[in-house]
Amino acid sequence: MNGLIVVLKRELAAYFLTPLAYVFIVIFLILSGIFTFYLGRFYERGQADLVSFFNFIPWLYLILVPAVAMRLWSEERRSGTIELLMTLPLTLFEVIVGKFLAAWLFVGLALLLTFPTWITVNYLGQPDNGVILASYAGSWLMAGGFLAVGSCLSAATKSQVVAFIMTLVICFTFVASGFPMVQDAFSHWAPVWVLDGLSVLSFLSHFDAISRGVIELRDIVYFLVMIGAWLMATGIILNMKKAD
Amino acid sequence: MEVPITMIKITNLKKRFGDLCAVSDLSFQVNPGEVLGFLGPNGAGKSTTMKMLTGFLSPSSGDISIFGINVASKPLEAQRLIGYLPEGAPSYGDMTVLSFLKFIAAVRGYRGSDVDARVESVINKIQLEKVLYQRIETLSKGFKRRVGLAQAIIHDPKVLILDEPTDGLDPNQKHQVRELIKNLSKDKIVIISTHILEEVHAVCTRALIISSGTIVADGSPDQLSAMSKYHQAVSLKLSQPCDAVSALKALADVDSVAVGEEPNSYVVFPVPGKSILKAVNQLLHDRDWQVEELHVEKGRLDDVFRQVTLSSAHGQSQYKLDQSVKAEESEGVV
Ligand SMILES: Nc1ncnc2c1ncn2[C@@H]1O[C@H](COP(=O)(O)OP(=O)(O)OP(=O)(O)O)[C@@H](O)[C@H]1O
Ligand SMILES: [Mg+2]
Repeated sequence: MNGLIVVLKRELAAYFLTPLAYVFIVIFLILSGIFTFYLGRFYERGQADLVSFFNFIPWLYLILVPAVAMRLWSEERRSGTIELLMTLPLTLFEVIVGKFLAAWLFVGLALLLTFPTWITVNYLGQPDNGVILASYAGSWLMAGGFLAVGSCLSAATKSQVVAFIMTLVICFTFVASGFPMVQDAFSHWAPVWVLDGLSVLSFLSHFDAISRGVIELRDIVYFLVMIGAWLMATGIILNMKKAD
Repeated sequence: MEVPITMIKITNLKKRFGDLCAVSDLSFQVNPGEVLGFLGPNGAGKSTTMKMLTGFLSPSSGDISIFGINVASKPLEAQRLIGYLPEGAPSYGDMTVLSFLKFIAAVRGYRGSDVDARVESVINKIQLEKVLYQRIETLSKGFKRRVGLAQAIIHDPKVLILDEPTDGLDPNQKHQVRELIKNLSKDKIVIISTHILEEVHAVCTRALIISSGTIVADGSPDQLSAMSKYHQAVSLKLSQPCDAVSALKALADVDSVAVGEEPNSYVVFPVPGKSILKAVNQLLHDRDWQVEELHVEKGRLDDVFRQVTLSSAHGQSQYKLDQSVKAEESEGVV
């Protein structure tokens, strides 16, 4: 476990050694601001809640989280540091989870920095802070899912660009599978279990469930299982491809 | 009495990449105190073998045990004993030298003031004071390599595996790294791969030449050099041109005479196992030729290297030296 902490600390610090962290945080805050206040008609709606903010979060994450995830392994493989890392007395688990947690904490930090929006609604009215808290938790869990997908695809290629695009496509699929449009398209002909399967696998339906303020175990389990599965896939892919 | 365990034991090691057999059926042991020079042409499988030794690659078949620990089944335990400098000395470019070394020390299990102590000692050993706060990606090639070396010895490992450690170092640094390796205590094992053959004489107690994934020569540097046709040959350089070749050829026990690269220089090869220095000397004396240079060759490692790696490519017999075989009796001498 010590190894995990050491890896986590190095990775987390590494985000702030390059402009990446600052660029990510600034873009995230600006875009979330635009989405919430401008596109989301925050003031016009005249409601003291963060629904518009959390409605846009999945789409924002879809673009930004793959950018964080893409360097997780591609960069290690391209520069050869993976050989150094894998020959230090660290288990594959410690390395994969340590790196993942660092990325997850980092994205969490960016999310926390949106707190002025939360202060604003509290200033303007009396929002249901329980719902907001749940939505924040849901957003962070969803970011974890995206990151785990990204970790796996980043392990599969030395090119960060390829990792980014593949992560984006797969994450989009997971988000959109619960989309009303997609569900409608299937509902005419597909059997019920396919529809259920699609919505069960969808990031969006679980995220929506949580952000309504009802934190159900199955939604949390869904994200955790998702993260676990993709991280396991990361391990398998790394074992296959680390030396290429 | 305790049975001495061989520190590193490699048996029937094989590694295939698809159709390519990078390492085929490698078996050897390395004992405490040995500094093993791992030689071979490009693509011979040196790095691949080292990657398997350090648990980065898993062998297609075969076993590696380090200190009785099987690398495949207990990689972590083995890796704790090993310090490894991978080929090209990869390290995290955006970290500073100091933070990188601290990270490695922490991974190696040191905490608190121990980290600083380890880092400091290694900084002194490798002389990294000047670049401590520089980002690694901005370092010169030689300094990057030195950081990689520092990282490998930070925990004072029992087994040190260095893939081309002196590549890109300046002559002073090369000398220093060699001193460092020599000064490692006697119960350690060092395996270094290198293309610099003088290095083998300078630091290695044993050299292992591999070619196409198999061992083609194994012995002490002196034993290997003795396999060279230059072994016991007499090199001489005269100050004036004279008809030396035929006179030298006529001497007893002289096998052949080669004209050297420099003007008026010759290499006289003896019939294997014979000494010809006396006869050559006598001839020079009799003819009253002025000699600028005269010495008996110990043998040339680069010559042996070429000999064994080129012949192995043509599927000829394998040269192997036994500790007990006297150099003179070696069949390898052409
Ligand atoms: N990941 C890989 N996939 C496919 N082939 C590989 C891989 N790694 C090495 N090889 C091949 O295995 C062979 C041995 O390579 P290796 O790097 O061990 O050589 P080397 O002895 O270290 O050479 P050099 O002196 O150039 O460093 C080469 O033919 C190389 O192309
Ligand atoms: Mg190599």
